[in-house]
Amino acid sequence: MAKITLDKLRHSYMPDPRGASDYALKEINLDWQDGGAYALLGPSGCGKSTLLNIISGLLIPSEGRILFDGTDVTGLPPDRRNIAQVFQFPVIYDTMTVYDNLAFPLRNRGVDEGRVKARVEEIAAILEVTEMLGTRAANLSPDNKQKISMGRGLVRDDVNVIMFDEPLTVIDPHLKWKLRSKLKELHQKVKVTMIYVTHDQTEALTFADQVVVMQDGEVVQIGTPVDLFERPAHTFVGHFIGSPGMNVLPAEVKDGAAYFNGEHVALEGAIAPGSGRHEIGVRPEFVTLSATGLPATVRKVMDLGRHSVVEAMAGTTKINAVVEGAAPGQGEAVHLSFRPDQTRLYRDGWIASDKERAA
Amino acid sequence: MRKVNQKGWFFVLPVLILVAFNALVPMMTVVNYSVQETFGNNQFFWHGLGWFQDILRSERFHAALGRQFLFTFLILVIEVPLGVIIALSMPRKGFWVPVCLVTMALPMLIPWNVVGAMWNIFTLPDIGLLGYFMNHVLGIDYNMTRSPFAAWVTIITMDVWHWTSLVVLLCYAGLVSIPDAYYQAAKIDGASNWAVFRYIQLPKMKQVLTIAVLLRFMDSFNVYTEPFVLTGGGPGNSTTLLSIDLVKIALGQFDLGPAAAMSLIYFAITLFVSWLFYTLMTRHDVK
Amino acid sequence: MQKRSIIPILYILFLMLPIYWLVAMSFKTTQEILGGFSLFPQTWTLASYKTIFTDPTWYWGYINSILYVTINTVISVTVALPAAYAFSRYRFLGDKQLFFWLLTNRMAPAAVFALPFFQLYSAMELFDTHIAVALAHCLFNIPLAVWILEGFMGGVPKELDETAFVDGYSFPRFFTQIFLPTIKAGVGVAAFFCFMFSWVELLLAKTLTAVYAKPIAATMTRTASSAGYELGLLAAAGTLTIIPGAIVIWFVRNYIAKGFALGRV
Repeated sequence: MAKITLDKLRHSYMPDPRGASDYALKEINLDWQDGGAYALLGPSGCGKSTLLNIISGLLIPSEGRILFDGTDVTGLPPDRRNIAQVFQFPVIYDTMTVYDNLAFPLRNRGVDEGRVKARVEEIAAILEVTEMLGTRAANLSPDNKQKISMGRGLVRDDVNVIMFDEPLTVIDPHLKWKLRSKLKELHQKVKVTMIYVTHDQTEALTFADQVVVMQDGEVVQIGTPVDLFERPAHTFVGHFIGSPGMNVLPAEVKDGAAYFNGEHVALEGAIAPGSGRHEIGVRPEFVTLSATGLPATVRKVMDLGRHSVVEAMAGTTKINAVVEGAAPGQGEAVHLSFRPDQTRLYRDGWIASDKERAA
Repeated sequence: MRKVNQKGWFFVLPVLILVAFNALVPMMTVVNYSVQETFGNNQFFWHGLGWFQDILRSERFHAALGRQFLFTFLILVIEVPLGVIIALSMPRKGFWVPVCLVTMALPMLIPWNVVGAMWNIFTLPDIGLLGYFMNHVLGIDYNMTRSPFAAWVTIITMDVWHWTSLVVLLCYAGLVSIPDAYYQAAKIDGASNWAVFRYIQLPKMKQVLTIAVLLRFMDSFNVYTEPFVLTGGGPGNSTTLLSIDLVKIALGQFDLGPAAAMSLIYFAITLFVSWLFYTLMTRHDVK
Repeated sequence: MQKRSIIPILYILFLMLPIYWLVAMSFKTTQEILGGFSLFPQTWTLASYKTIFTDPTWYWGYINSILYVTINTVISVTVALPAAYAFSRYRFLGDKQLFFWLLTNRMAPAAVFALPFFQLYSAMELFDTHIAVALAHCLFNIPLAVWILEGFMGGVPKELDETAFVDGYSFPRFFTQIFLPTIKAGVGVAAFFCFMFSWVELLLAKTLTAVYAKPIAATMTRTASSAGYELGLLAAAGTLTIIPGAIVIWFVRNYIAKGFALGRV
């Protein structure tokens, strides 16, 4: 078990990177606390798998260092880092039994058979695969195969971190949920650092204590699921998390106040000094229909059962609102108001309003 | 699940007609000859199983069969491991892959008697590249028209040259179908190179390896043209393999009855051993 | 460069040496060949090639080979396509036995069939025609083509067929406009293998021809035995027989690995 530190990490797949766009990973500085449950969330191609392979040692970064408990492991091969990884497609050794599959990492390290037996049985019990130990691994269902590949990581008690690379991709939807809660339960039992890579926000938010959101090779925000939802540090996070995502409205800033379509919009706090492209961000959950406020026309209403999502147009900008109870009809003129403590200003994508300082 | 549809027969009819025409008619002819005796003039007499008994008891047949099994055994023992080793050490991606594949496949696309002729030219004692090198640079007396041992070494080397690539390409196809994640997982699990080969590469190659062994068995057991052009079965009878002997009897001496009986025995052995190989190599899949 | 790449390099070197020797010899004069050993041609000559391209018995051999190989490839692939489709999509009485029987035809030693083939095709008055050789080669090429194509077709989901029929395609239109383009790699590979085995086979081709359809490689044998040691000529003819194979293989180089796995890996 160890704390993992990424120090000024950069990686490019090109031999001679020039500009920032040549880098798959732009400078990353990050600490993963020992025993944490982390999710690495981002769309396909954002660099999350690259980052994962660098931590596991399958890839050597172009620049920067990786420290396990302060020891530099940047140059070490995967088998000497004491890590485990579960891949998108279940990797099992077809010709071996389930028992031999689980024993494989221990036997490769010369652990004596008595100890191997004890560990394999213990892990099999946790994973609830005890009765399958004697069967050929090739005959298992995909979810059981994936359990076995997890088991191969868990079976070593000295493992520093277990990494999951979109492990539920090939699992049937009704088993996904089961396996996910199993994972959460496992983490509580064994207390190993786990990093879970996914592009699915539900998977990330339900599994992790801390979610790391990545975009274009950069870490955009690290925080608890609540942080990410309530106070996205970047418009990208606002978009990517939540359904529907955060409303982002083009804004103008004059004399420390924000304006949308000429109307003043109250924010959570003072605007940090500076200039750039400004946007106002507010989640649909904090937009309400009211007697006064921003005039808009309802374009579409989606009834989701307990609430409706109202899509309204304010000029040429689309604004979503989550409405409980009776929703207005299509084409109706409405007024929208934003809850001020949940309305934020973004400058060039990054948050620029300060909750602690009053406007 | 495939649909039960007797219309399938309609689709396979052309194949059936063409293959049956080529396979059954000659086969019937062979069976017909094998039970008859002739004294020329197209007069035939019923001979029962006499030819079969003669062939099965004949020293000449035993010797040819023995040589044939030795040849095929050596071919399999050399070509299969060699092919696996070469496939394992080939690049997986990049510019060199098509270069390797094309150059390696080239020997298989040369007409078989050209292969024989080419090796003949290559091994001529004084003017062939190999023959000159052996005799005049290494000082080894190498002349396959005189020495049976040299003749055997040459036909084996020629077959290795001609057909190892088939094993290589089949194994290579099996290897490139293994996803990277398997190698990565093995690395993380601390597996040695041997363990990677034993538990990942070999199981994935098993299916293609079965095909490779079967094809190499069938083709080497039936080999005719290349060794015939190269050595003519000599010196003496030392490289007279089964099919060379068969052609000698059938076309050289025109002994149709014995030749036909021998053909059928030959075919039966090929079928039986192929079946044996197939059953042994796929035995574990049933479990 | 990795250490282990020495193995393929050595292997390719071993493969190229006899070919180099053949090519080198084809450019030497007869005196030079018989006069002694030389690693490179001392005096380059195209005399051997000139003989081949001006003497009709030589160049017709070449044309004959290409003719029957092409006819065989077309026949084999054409009849194998529907059969492979049936094997991959339908179950019918005796399908497994039929498939197995087809494959056993590859196991028959060609030497076994040489004489009966001669009699059969003589009786049909097809002896010494291109079509005779092309038909005879169907014996081993059709089963192979069926096997390869079945492998490729097995990789195409059946939903493709069903969707097309729901969309109102007739079977022939579906087969030619949708299915064939989907498995064109398989067709290429099957055609390649048919070409290859028909091109390299000689025992049957020689048995079934005398003058008018005689393959180039058989003409070579004549030279080797009757006309004495015309090694230069022999080498030049041999070199020329390598070229069509090399051209064809270049076209399918990207599919070759998959093709050798017969589409089944």
